[in-house]
Amino acid sequence: MTDDDITERARHDRLVAAWRDPPGLWGFLTTVDHKRIAARYIVTTMFLLFLAGMLALDMRLQLSAPDMHRMTPQLYDESFALHGSTMLFLVSVPVMEAMAIWLVPLMLGQRNLAFPRLAAFSYWLYLGGVLMLWIPHLLDVTPDLGWFEYPPLSGPAYSPGHRADVWAQMITFTEVAALAASVNIVATILKLRPPGMTLAKMPLFLWAMLVASLMTIFGLPAVMLATSMLISDRLVSTNFFSPAGGGDVLLFQHIWWFFGHPEVYIIFIPAVGFVSSIVETFSRRPIFGHAAMVLSMLAIGVLAFGLWVHHMFAVGLPRLGNDFYTAASLTIALPAGVQIFCWIATMVGGRPRLSVPMLWVAGFVVTFVIGGLSGVMTASAPLDLQLTDTYFVVAHFHYVLVGGAIFPLLGAFCYWFPKATGRLMSKRLGLVAFALIFGGFNLGFFPMHILGLWGMPRRIYTYGPEMGWGGLNLLATIGAAISVAGGIVFVIDAWRSFRRGAPAGTDPWGGSTLEWATASPPPPYNFDYTPAVDSLTPMWTSELIAYDGLGIDKRELLVTSVADAEPLYRQNSVGPSIWPLLASLGVAVLFVGSIFTPWAIVWGAIPVAIALTFWFWPTRDRATTGPFRKRTP
Amino acid sequence: MTLARKPRIIGDLSALPDSAHGAAHLVWWGNLGFMLIEGTGFALAIGVYLYVTSITPSWPPAGDPLPPLFWSGLFTVGLILSEAPNLVVKRLTNRHDAERVRLGVLAMTVVGAALLVLRGFEIAVLTPSWSQDAYGSVMWMLMILHTSHIVTDFGDTAVQAAWLYTHKIGPDQFADVEDNCNYWSFVVIAWLPLYAIIYWLPRVL
Repeated sequence: MTDDDITERARHDRLVAAWRDPPGLWGFLTTVDHKRIAARYIVTTMFLLFLAGMLALDMRLQLSAPDMHRMTPQLYDESFALHGSTMLFLVSVPVMEAMAIWLVPLMLGQRNLAFPRLAAFSYWLYLGGVLMLWIPHLLDVTPDLGWFEYPPLSGPAYSPGHRADVWAQMITFTEVAALAASVNIVATILKLRPPGMTLAKMPLFLWAMLVASLMTIFGLPAVMLATSMLISDRLVSTNFFSPAGGGDVLLFQHIWWFFGHPEVYIIFIPAVGFVSSIVETFSRRPIFGHAAMVLSMLAIGVLAFGLWVHHMFAVGLPRLGNDFYTAASLTIALPAGVQIFCWIATMVGGRPRLSVPMLWVAGFVVTFVIGGLSGVMTASAPLDLQLTDTYFVVAHFHYVLVGGAIFPLLGAFCYWFPKATGRLMSKRLGLVAFALIFGGFNLGFFPMHILGLWGMPRRIYTYGPEMGWGGLNLLATIGAAISVAGGIVFVIDAWRSFRRGAPAGTDPWGGSTLEWATASPPPPYNFDYTPAVDSLTPMWTSELIAYDGLGIDKRELLVTSVADAEPLYRQNSVGPSIWPLLASLGVAVLFVGSIFTPWAIVWGAIPVAIALTFWFWPTRDRATTGPFRKRTP
Repeated sequence: MTLARKPRIIGDLSALPDSAHGAAHLVWWGNLGFMLIEGTGFALAIGVYLYVTSITPSWPPAGDPLPPLFWSGLFTVGLILSEAPNLVVKRLTNRHDAERVRLGVLAMTVVGAALLVLRGFEIAVLTPSWSQDAYGSVMWMLMILHTSHIVTDFGDTAVQAAWLYTHKIGPDQFADVEDNCNYWSFVVIAWLPLYAIIYWLPRVL
C-alpha cells in the first residue's frame, strides 16, 4: 500500500464519519441522505405500481367477456378510481421526483441536495398520501369517481360520506410532497452545479428535471386550489361549484385541467432526460442537437400550460376557444417530434450498442409515437367529440403515459441499477421482461383504439354480447396478463441481481456523466473531491478534474453561481433529524382532521408550527451580548 | 475506494467563504421557490374570483353589501408602511449588525401582531358569509389565503426574534433574516392586487 492509498483511505474514513447516518431504526427515521430517501420513494412507488397493476388486471378480467357479473358496478367504480388515482398521484409523478432526488446530486458531483431535510419531509408526506388513500380503502371508504372527481357528482349533494374527501386530501398530501421535492431539485440544479458546468454545458437529464420541477411549481398549486375548494364546498357549504349559489361546475374542470394537462408533461419530461442519457451512452456520442433538445423541452414546458381546454371540448365552450386549443394542442407535437428526431440522429451518427436499456428506448419511441399520433387526432375538436369518453381515449393516454414515461423509467431502472446497487441485472431476463411487457402492452391496448372507434364507452363495468366487443376485449385482457407476467419477471430479475448479480464496477456502460465517476453504490458522501467539468460529457474527456478543499470532517456543499457555475462559497449541509418526520405527522393530523372539521386547520397548525420551529432552530452558541446573553457565574 | 479514475486536482476551495447573502445564498433560492408556488396560488385564486365575476349578472350579486373600506383601508396603509422598517432590517443584515438586527426583527414582530389585530377587525365586518353565495365564497377564499400568510410570517418572525436574542448570530442567520424580510415584502406586494380586487372591483363593476 502506498502513502497515497493510506491518505485516500483516511480521507474516505473521515468523510464517512461526517456523512453516515446513525445506525438502526433511528438512522432510518432521521436520514437526510438523498440516496436513501430516493430508494424508499422508489420502492414505495413500485409497490403501488404492483397494486395498481393488480387492480387493472382485475378490471380486465371483468371486461374479458360480455355480461360478466363477478364485479358489481360499485366495485368496478372503486377499482378504476383507485387505479387511476394511484397511478397518477402515487406512482408516476413521485417516481420521477424520486429519480431526480437520487440522480441530480450524483450527476452534479455534489454530496447532497440543497435542502436535505426538505427531501425527507417530502417522502414522509408522500407516504401520508399513500396511507390516506389505501387505509380508507381497507375500511371500505374508497373513492369511486375516477382520478378526476368532477362536481356536481363529487359535491355534497351527490357524494355524501367521505369517499370524495379522502381522494381530495390524498391529493393535498402528494402535491405538497411534490412541491417540496421540486423546490429542492430546482435550487440544487441552479446553485449546486460543479465548476465549469455552465447552463450551456448542463446534461439534458438535468435540464429535464429542471423543466419538470418548474412545471410542478406552476402547475400543482392549481390542483390544490381545486381540491381545497371542493372540500370547502363539502365541509363549510361554500358555493364555488354550486350553480344554485352562483358557482359553476365547469370552474372545477378549468382549474383541474390547468394542472392536469401539464401533469402529463411533468411525467413525460423526466422521461426525456432518461432517454437522452441512455441514448447518449449506448450510441457512444454526445446527443445530436443539444440546444434543440433544451429548447424543445422549454417549449413543451410553456405550451403545456396552454392546452387544458382540449380536455373540455365536449362541455360546450365557445367555438373560437375550441379552435385555439386545437391549434395549440397540435403545436406541442412539434417540439416532441424534434426530440424524437434528435435521438434517432444520435443513434444513426453514433455506434449504437443494443442493450436492455436501449431496448426500452426503442419500445418507448414506437409506443410514444403511436400515442402522440392518437393525441394529434383527439386534439381536433370535431373528432374529439366522437372519441371522448370512449376506449380510444383510454388507449391514447396509456400509450402516452406507459409508453412515454413507464417504458423510459424501466429503461432508466436497468441503466442506473448497477450504480445504485453495485450489481448488474441479467441481460437474458431483461430481454424476456421487455418482450413480455412491450408485447403484452401493445396486445392489450392497441385493440382499445378499435373498441373506442366502435363506440365502447370508458368506465362501464360490463357490456352486452350484442355489442360485438367481446373478442377484442378478450385480446386486451390476454395482453394485460402477459404484461403483468413481464412485470413479475422484471421484479424477480431486480431482486436476484440485487442479492447476487455480477459486480458492476464503477462504470459498466461507459457512461458520459459524473455519476459514473464515483463508486457503485456511492458512499454516503458521494464524491471524494469536488468534480469540475469542461464538456457536456465529462466522463469521456481524457482526464477527470476536480477541486479539493471542501470539508472532510463536516458536511459541506459547494455553492456556485446560477448561469456560469462559478464557485461562490461553502455551504454547511444539515445532518440527520427527526423533525421532518414529526412535522409531516403534524401536517397529517391537520389534513385528516380537516375532512371532519374546519377547526383542524387552526389547532392542527400548532403541532406543525412547533415541529417546524425545532426543525429550523439553528444550533449555535448562546449570545454573548444583549439582554438574553449567557451569563457566567 | 473504487473510483473510475482518480481526478487531477486543479484547485482548492478551502479559501472560499462559508456563507453569502442575497441571491448568492442557496436558501434565497428556496425562499424564491416557495414564493413562486404561493404567488401562483394567489394568481389562480384571483382567476377564480374573476371567473365567478364573469358569470354573475351583477357584482356583487343583488342583495350583497359592498365590502367595507375603513378597517381594510387602515390595514392596507399599515401593511404598506411596514415595508419601511422591513427594508431597514434587510439592509442591516448586510452589515451584520447583530444588535440592530435583533431590535429590528423584534420590531417587525410587533408590527406583524398589530397588523393581525387590524386584519381581525377587517374580517369581523366582512359580509356576506362564504356560504351565502359564490361571491362570498371567492371573497373569503382570497382573505383566508392572504391572512394565512400574515399569520405564518408573524410566527416565523417571532421565532426568529427569540432565536436572535438568545444566540450568537452567524452569517447564515443574517441571510435567514434577509430571506424573512423578502418574504414579508412578498406578503405586502401580494396584498395590493388582492385589495384592489376584493374592495374596489365590486365598486367599479
